[in-house]
Amino acid sequence: MALLTETQAPTTGSIVDPRRTKKTGRWIHLLLAPVAVLFAIPFVQMFLTALTPASQINKFPPRFFPETLTLSGFSKLFAESDILNWLGNTIMVSAVAVAGHLVLCSLAGYGFARLKFPGKNIGFLAIVATIMIPTQLLMVPTYILFSRIGLIDTLGAAMVPWLASAFGIFLMRQFFLGLPSELEEAALIDGCTRLQVFFKIILPLAKPALATLAIFTLLSSWNDLVWPLIAINDTSAFTLQLGITNFAGARRTDWSLLMAANVVSTLPLIVFFLFAQKQFIATMSFSGLKG
Amino acid sequence: MSATRSPHAKGSAMTTTFAMKTQVAPARRRRNVRQSVEGWTFVSPAMLLVLGLSIFPAIWALVLSFQEWNGFSDPVNVGLDNYKEMLTDADLGAAVTHTIVYTALFVPASLLLGMFLATLLNRKIVLVGVYRTAIFLPFVASAAATGILTTYLFNPQFGMVNNVFRVLGLPQQGWLEDPNQAMVVITIMSLWGQAAFTTVIYLAALQDVPPELLEASRIDGASKWQSFWHVTVPQLAPVTVFVAIWQTIQAIQLFDLVYTTTRGGPLNATETIVYYLWKTAFKGLELGYASAIAYGLFAVTLLITIGVVVYSRRSKVSAF
Repeated sequence: MALLTETQAPTTGSIVDPRRTKKTGRWIHLLLAPVAVLFAIPFVQMFLTALTPASQINKFPPRFFPETLTLSGFSKLFAESDILNWLGNTIMVSAVAVAGHLVLCSLAGYGFARLKFPGKNIGFLAIVATIMIPTQLLMVPTYILFSRIGLIDTLGAAMVPWLASAFGIFLMRQFFLGLPSELEEAALIDGCTRLQVFFKIILPLAKPALATLAIFTLLSSWNDLVWPLIAINDTSAFTLQLGITNFAGARRTDWSLLMAANVVSTLPLIVFFLFAQKQFIATMSFSGLKG
Repeated sequence: MSATRSPHAKGSAMTTTFAMKTQVAPARRRRNVRQSVEGWTFVSPAMLLVLGLSIFPAIWALVLSFQEWNGFSDPVNVGLDNYKEMLTDADLGAAVTHTIVYTALFVPASLLLGMFLATLLNRKIVLVGVYRTAIFLPFVASAAATGILTTYLFNPQFGMVNNVFRVLGLPQQGWLEDPNQAMVVITIMSLWGQAAFTTVIYLAALQDVPPELLEASRIDGASKWQSFWHVTVPQLAPVTVFVAIWQTIQAIQLFDLVYTTTRGGPLNATETIVYYLWKTAFKGLELGYASAIAYGLFAVTLLITIGVVVYSRRSKVSAF
């Protein structure tokens, strides 16, 4: 017991920087290196195959590294598919989704954390309760609703469900509850309006939470497949995920073409991940939402 | 700033005390009204969207689940027929079995893999950043991209996996074309994409294991494996409960990767509950029956969640 009470309380290290330093551990490389290689193989194959001439792909025996590299898969892809159109659609959907989430969820989160108004607790409870409802339950009625208001087969159908989410509101409320309220009280006494306080004082402080929310929304809206699959049948309004899935069904064995399409759909997120790895990891530990 | 203003405020308050007394009630009411308007202005846009796109459709789905409707003709009330049909629907039964198989494969594997990877990554060694990036990067891969990669890597003729098998002298496999193996392949690729999640959660949890406990067990002569098993694993219990329930809910909703790889085949071997639901609703246009299945799924999700929460409350695991 003496040992336990005398030692200092553990400092909370970040996930990225473990506090325990161990010099022993060559055996760890023996375990980790093969695992890392296994995890890397699909993406490596994706890039290599996208750059392999079609004539070399279905050769027997197959080779891991192509003999020559070519961009013909990409030029064929851009010539024979609407992938740039799909990419543009997905960028628009994700931009609207991220903007909607950042503005609407932070406003609502702030309202639920700080403001006093009747119906606040019931309202928040209702929102949190909806997290339990599986999306599959909502697909049919939402489809009918959207078709009645003329949204089906338009990009709007893919955007509207991403404007705000219960998770986003919950995340922002939790963050604002943890902020000290003295700052905003001082600003209010100085004559600022609530909205001024919110945009000038609160939002700049909320950058970490906003980054988490933005990454979560970007990742989920960019990769969403099931809802566009239901709501959009018009190829000109296809999102990237829907487009490449359809394309894969039509061009079953044209692997360099398909992998080129895969690169176009995945590379933006890969690059973004490599640049903002810490924020991505923080987001993962918050949500774990995928698909 | 508030300090410099308060004397002035106090002074003016004193001089107008009498006048204010008569106006207190309307002033407070005005302030309350202003506060309510302010509060609702902040929350209502997001709230209307979230509730409008969840509670309203959920109620509609409940109504639909007691009807027979193809989306065009007039809906017919059929009472509990849709729910009764679920009990005798052999295809649904098969879909439930496939979903249970996937869940039984995926959830324990994702927990073990996450714990394993987190334990290995939780130290400062050279290259740890590279390893971490390699393992976490697949998290950004969409189901569509993963689906194309899966069909390529596990292609029976030209795929890399069978090629490795051939080099090692192992028999060639059918993978996605073999009804007994297709679900295993889907599980493997799900793990590839989602290992990052459980690993990150366990990494965070490992940082919270008090080093004194591990130190004490080391002094008591425990081997590394013994301290891991008897000290670390019990400390990770609350997180394990949370991750298990989360992954189970994800697993019983499997759809995307099935759609982008096998479309339910071969011989319906990978047709999951949600795939069957999607097919019933949007291919078969049995909107009422599909809604009943969705409610069945909802009920199961709810029961699992409540069950685990009650269990963890009882066993004082503080995940909730």
